[in-house]
Amino acid sequence: MLPLAETGFAEATWIMVVKSIVIFAVIFGVLPILTVVERKLIGRFQHRYGPNRVGPYGLLQPLADVGKLVSKETFRPENATRTLFILGPLLPVLAGVLSLAIIPWGNVQDGVGLYGIDVPIGILYFFAVGSIAFYGLLLGGWSSGSKYSLLGAMRSAAQLISYEVSMGLALLGVVMMSGSLSLVDTVEAQGEMWFIVPQIVGFLIFMLAGFAETNRTPFDMPEADAELVQGFMTEYGGMRFGSFLLVEYMEILVVSGIAAAMFLGGWMGPGPGFLDPIWMLAKMIGLVLVFIWVRATLPRLRYDQLMTLGWKILLPLATLNVLVTAILVVTFS
Amino acid sequence: MSGGNGNGFDPKSAPYLDSIEVVEVQRGPEPGGLGGAYRAFGETLRGLKTTMARLIEGPMTIEYPEEKTPVYPRFRGRHKLHKFEDTGLEKCVGCSLCAAACPADCIRVVAAENIPGERVSAGERFAAVYEINLSRCIFCGYCEIACPFDAITMGHDYEMADYDRRDLIFTKEMLLAEAVERAPLKSEGE
Repeated sequence: MLPLAETGFAEATWIMVVKSIVIFAVIFGVLPILTVVERKLIGRFQHRYGPNRVGPYGLLQPLADVGKLVSKETFRPENATRTLFILGPLLPVLAGVLSLAIIPWGNVQDGVGLYGIDVPIGILYFFAVGSIAFYGLLLGGWSSGSKYSLLGAMRSAAQLISYEVSMGLALLGVVMMSGSLSLVDTVEAQGEMWFIVPQIVGFLIFMLAGFAETNRTPFDMPEADAELVQGFMTEYGGMRFGSFLLVEYMEILVVSGIAAAMFLGGWMGPGPGFLDPIWMLAKMIGLVLVFIWVRATLPRLRYDQLMTLGWKILLPLATLNVLVTAILVVTFS
Repeated sequence: MSGGNGNGFDPKSAPYLDSIEVVEVQRGPEPGGLGGAYRAFGETLRGLKTTMARLIEGPMTIEYPEEKTPVYPRFRGRHKLHKFEDTGLEKCVGCSLCAAACPADCIRVVAAENIPGERVSAGERFAAVYEINLSRCIFCGYCEIACPFDAITMGHDYEMADYDRRDLIFTKEMLLAEAVERAPLKSEGE
């Protein structure tokens, strides 16, 4: 049988299954906490408490939210295209879970690789899967049969093409320095110095593009609750809407994970080997807090301002960064 | 500053505007170029600093049902009717001046003669019925001012929400009863 992907390290099937379940459980345990942490932090950023009624310190708020969403009617507008409308929220969930697989939590320890899978095309896989997630937004918006959804979906499409190139180019510098597309190899290559130091420009561009990738302020134009009433999500209710929200947070985690692995030394940190996944999670959460901080600060950019930023500033900067990195790598190796 | 302000109006040509000082408007940097770069990054960093400072300061909200804003001593809340402390007689003599002063027309007084032996009020007559419809009251305090005997005053209670409008018509017994002091009073200098 043809293997789906060349993997750097082969192990028994049951280990793979256990690994996937553990990663899945950890991420889906972190996600609800993330939603409540975001709301509470944004509250603190605005001189208020945030949710504190449900459970101790409002920690059970996500349970109440999910309970409300699940018990709502799964409504479908009359002039929506049925199959595509249902497919809309499913694709991003699939893509989000798929991209969780490549986040490295540690290297091989006691014969177990502490990652879902170490694909040699790691970064390409991330981009491929991330683009599938956008199909969900586009299909969901276009099949809803509503003007707001259509506008939101159009904005998603325009946003996708304006940041995706710079995002790829931002990571190219790191790829050239580590000499591998695999995330595990990239982390291993940061033993002496985290790539954030030589690749600070790449890091900033990647984070900026990451805000756009995850539809977060200041680039949350596809949602734009003020003018487009949640954009492509307008016609969705119940758990379909919930899965869009879930994906948003999952994407934040994935982008933070990729950024942590590519720029912040991944699982590297003081302490014994079993602390590696903890270090990785801590770095991810740290980056997620930056996402929340930025959301609490910046207003939404105008549609054309994002295009200007993407094409006129980020793309030339990223290209320049790649060029300079290439010259330096060739000179010093 | 010399000359007009953009729309061809010269303030010097208008002698009646002599005393008006012309203020130069401060404008932000033009978009693009260095100004644009400064706006994009410098101002963003300033914004991030601002929000972080708010985080450090901590929340400033008052968690209402558990924590209440103290009211000022002259705060006009729910009305109270008073009795003389020594004799225990009602101060209200049923003169209806409060009802006459009420702009919202929410007070209803029906007076009756005091019978010797079972006096209710200190005067000749007393209020047999004294009702305030709190769903109409605008808490202006005119009744308090109109009362010649200080029989009615405005209390400090502002939590009067109810499920039924009929429950908002307060009778004399309810107004005479010792009000629950639910709202704390502001302390000196607060």
